[in-house]
Amino acid sequence: MIVAERKPLEEILRLIDGAKTVLLTGCGGCVTVHMAGGEKEVEVLASLLRLHYKKEDKPIKILTQTVTRQCEPEYVRELADNVDKAAVVLSMGCGVGVQFIAENFPKAWVVPALNTKFAGATLEAGVWAERCGLCGECILYKTGGICPVIRCSKSLLNGPCGGSQNGKCEVDPEIDCAWQLIHDRMKDLGKLDLLLEIEPPKDWSKARDGGPRKVMREDMRF
Amino acid sequence: MKSGSNLEKVLTSGQFAVCGEMGPPQSADGKSIKKKAEYFRGYVDSVNLTDNQTAIVRLSSIASAHLLLDAGVEPVMQMTCRDRNRIAIQSDVLGAYALGIKNILAISGDHQKFGNHPQSKNVYDIDSLQLLQILKNMRDEKKFQNGEEMKVEPRLFIGAAANPFADPFEFRVLRLAKKVKAGADFIQTQGVFDVPRFKRWMEMVRDLGLPEKTFILAGIIPVRSVKALQYMKSEVAGMSVPDELIERMSKAAKPQEEGVKIAVELIQQLREIKGVHGVHIMPVMWEQVIPQLVEQAGLLPRPRFEEEQTTPAKEAPAKG
Repeated sequence: MIVAERKPLEEILRLIDGAKTVLLTGCGGCVTVHMAGGEKEVEVLASLLRLHYKKEDKPIKILTQTVTRQCEPEYVRELADNVDKAAVVLSMGCGVGVQFIAENFPKAWVVPALNTKFAGATLEAGVWAERCGLCGECILYKTGGICPVIRCSKSLLNGPCGGSQNGKCEVDPEIDCAWQLIHDRMKDLGKLDLLLEIEPPKDWSKARDGGPRKVMREDMRF
Repeated sequence: MKSGSNLEKVLTSGQFAVCGEMGPPQSADGKSIKKKAEYFRGYVDSVNLTDNQTAIVRLSSIASAHLLLDAGVEPVMQMTCRDRNRIAIQSDVLGAYALGIKNILAISGDHQKFGNHPQSKNVYDIDSLQLLQILKNMRDEKKFQNGEEMKVEPRLFIGAAANPFADPFEFRVLRLAKKVKAGADFIQTQGVFDVPRFKRWMEMVRDLGLPEKTFILAGIIPVRSVKALQYMKSEVAGMSVPDELIERMSKAAKPQEEGVKIAVELIQQLREIKGVHGVHIMPVMWEQVIPQLVEQAGLLPRPRFEEEQTTPAKEAPAKG
């Protein structure tokens, strides 16, 4: 899923400064699953904002509405009535949600309440970690299901750099060395010989480097 | 001869090679390179110019290498994959060769987190192994990475780094073999303090027959204080510094002299190891030590070769 984290309250206050009516909108997708921008988080942030403006003695109206997914047009359009009423739309969706609301409501001023971090997984309650670099051409079959593109700090494709020590990356002792993980797993699976092949330069044109990407499937189109 | 560089001549003639290393200045002070060249000229066979090492902005390794060449010392230009994509790398390699640079060391480069611009974006379009392969193909096949041909190829002596002290230990040698396969003519290792571990690594290197396929230069870092040793032990990933050495240095009345003595002993021990073809001395900010260190290690005089007319790059004959 796409993992995001709420911006600090002070920053959010700056983003909506001066608005008399704010539509705070959540998303029922990934951000609900990891509790960053679902219905519950929308209500918590709304309360914080109301409390803040009450203390400041500034009148403000916070409308709240969470849609099933901010990344699909039919759900985003459900926001139309509230968007009309608000001076600012504060989205608690990921970066996709923010943009998709803006795209669907050309006259709305849409701002993000979250910082979108990565495509990742839940390691344990309250801990999420990056797992996919969205590079457009998956090579996980070569590396035992562990991605060096995103999990190696240097995206090395041919083994660990000299900064791998005791299983950790030199960039941060909290980061596992992806190549230590790959090496150990390939060894356990009896496939270490696969790592002896020289992996040629990657075709980054399949990734964001080729320009913004689009997927089209004729079989899904009417 | 692949490149006809001095380093290549020393190594292929079977003599024990001595490389130095210099960090370019953090300013536009090109003169400092010529000044530091005095510590190396006649004492080493070639000198590495680091490429923004530890991700700190410095005078470029290409310009530094050219200045050093002007000062009569043969450069080994380092090239990292951190700051350039394959377009810039190949372009800079052509430029470096056109300026007379014949040795290039391909490395992945220190992560920008350690430098003075930690908020920068890194590139890593290719890794050091792929860079080796690109350099080899440019030289031997006259081909760019995309397969297109070039008229005049860079005749380079291609180097790579190896760290016998990093993990996973057993994979280190396999990775070295990969680097040799990719095109490494010579290898420079991380600084060696832990000789027993280095010996174990060399045993594995010999088992794979690598000293017959590439030249291995063992790394030497002369230190002048116990602090430097302690720093390397605790702060530098992939360094192994035995406690005995730290104790010896902390007890030394004259730490500078002791530092030279330790480096001399290390050079002598490494020289005895089968498959070690030379040393690579990295006198981090202590270049003045080079003359006495090389002399005391018994590595003088350095071999000299007749100044032969190195084949100037010729236009490829027209086909057809």
